[in-house]
Amino acid sequence: MDLKIDALTHHYGPTEVLADINLEIPTGRIICVVGPSGCGKSTLLRFVGGLERPSEGQVLQLSEPPADSLNPFTFVFQDFALLPWRTVDGNVRLVLEDHGLGKPEMDRIVLDVLKRTKLADFADALPKNLSGGMKQRVAIARALAVRPAVWLMDEPLSALDAQTRELLMDDLVGLWQLQPFTAVYVTHNLAEAVRLGHRIVVLSRRPGKIRKIIDIDMPLEDRAAGNASLTKIEQELWHLMRDEAEAADQELIT
Amino acid sequence: MSQPVPYRGGGFRPKRIRGLGLLVFIALLLIAEWGTRAGWITNLTLPRPSDVIRTLWDLAVSGMLWTHLGPSLGRLTVGAFFGAGVGVLVGVAIGLSSMMRAAMVPLVAALFPIPKIALLPLFVIWFGIDEMSKYALIAFGTFTPTVVATYGAVDNVDRTLIKMGQSFGLSRISIIRKIVLPGAMPGILSGLRISLAIAIILLTAAEMIGAEYGIGAYILQAGALYDLERLFAGVTILSVLGVTLSFVLGRVEGRVLRWRI
Ligand SMILES: Nc1ncnc2c1ncn2[C@@H]1O[C@H](COP(=O)(O)OP(=O)(O)OP(=O)(O)O)[C@@H](O)[C@H]1O
Ligand SMILES: [Mg+2]
Repeated sequence: MDLKIDALTHHYGPTEVLADINLEIPTGRIICVVGPSGCGKSTLLRFVGGLERPSEGQVLQLSEPPADSLNPFTFVFQDFALLPWRTVDGNVRLVLEDHGLGKPEMDRIVLDVLKRTKLADFADALPKNLSGGMKQRVAIARALAVRPAVWLMDEPLSALDAQTRELLMDDLVGLWQLQPFTAVYVTHNLAEAVRLGHRIVVLSRRPGKIRKIIDIDMPLEDRAAGNASLTKIEQELWHLMRDEAEAADQELIT
Repeated sequence: MSQPVPYRGGGFRPKRIRGLGLLVFIALLLIAEWGTRAGWITNLTLPRPSDVIRTLWDLAVSGMLWTHLGPSLGRLTVGAFFGAGVGVLVGVAIGLSSMMRAAMVPLVAALFPIPKIALLPLFVIWFGIDEMSKYALIAFGTFTPTVVATYGAVDNVDRTLIKMGQSFGLSRISIIRKIVLPGAMPGILSGLRISLAIAIILLTAAEMIGAEYGIGAYILQAGALYDLERLFAGVTILSVLGVTLSFVLGRVEGRVLRWRI
């Protein structure tokens, strides 16, 4: 499902948070959004996911979502947002229960997504007994279960340590290769952006405007850490962000 | 110089020490027994613990214990069930709806500090001298603390979990049933502890007016006759009742809240 963000502007009270955002989100591509703290990345994601309405402009669906998608716009949160009183299995099941699927079908989906995220052995574990990386894999399994048309990921790896982050990035690339998905991926981490993004959108400091869009043609599977051309792009991104970040750091938060 | 870095951690973390509570009880009883036997506590100040225990024993053997305890438990159950039940419902409604919050919170705040015992005559006029007024008193007394605890608990449910539910398109009912209620359960249960203690206090008060049988009536009769053994026997029964309820609630918490820690 192709999406188009069309002249989107937003104010929270008197503060302008996003200014005139125009962006195309083509099917099967991962769009990474980077920008200094407080520039409106999470806000933008909420508009795309329909959790909030922008003051001006709109987010357009250019086609119908696939018929088998149970929840076309699906979020993956930074803090996992797992129900602590439900097991891994129960957390995945939660998002299927309202769709009247019937138990055999639900069992099949749960088993399938837990296998794809290498969690089949932990179906009965409670979140408190899982490591951070596993928790985020549960959240990814939960998202897989509803067959999203667009993944909306708000710093999904930020709460994890560097090694776990690497592993999960590999997992995400693996999942994407198995079945290319559309994603808007917000991150602070430029290495993540160049590793996962087909297109990287750099926002300026608040009010967030699009400063630059960089397309990376290299296939995801070829992007090893330390690749020279990726490092160059990362450098370029860093130079773009640096001034903005510095300036943003000097401003009072209102 | 070579010495270990001074240790400054530790403390502030309740540990489970088995049996110490019981030991304090027994020590106090032994001191009282010793004092009353030795004579430096007069019989008018405190009855002998052994006499109180004998009174309790007689009460149990004669079957009168059940005659008094039965109606008391009935009143407690019915009153607390309705009070706490409606309290949880209203508390959840306040937690979920701004309209209910605006409408009910001031009312609850106004009702909370009223000493319910003072309203007993009014309840007798409204509901009659029979069981109904006792149910009503206990229900009313447990209602307000339950409401306050419940809406506080609902307010404290992690908002990101609710946002998650919405983002997956869960129905409102599902969000309430599967996210809000389980999330509020720890707060609701600890509120219930307070409510049940209040229920026992009010039970006794209600039974002191117009009840033939019941622990409260038993204590009142004993008090009127200055029969300290029976008075203390009655009080002991209430204490045991309180401890038992608290124990049961602890077990329920352990079960329902296994997902914590
Ligand atoms: N619900 C809200 N009401 C008022 N202001 C808000 C609200 N949500 C966000 N803001 C403000 O809008 C601005 C953008 O917030 P947002 O969370 O989108 O930034 P962000 O780019 O995701 O930042 P970060 O990198 O720190 O996550 C911030 O200044 C924030 O204070
Ligand atoms: Mg954010």
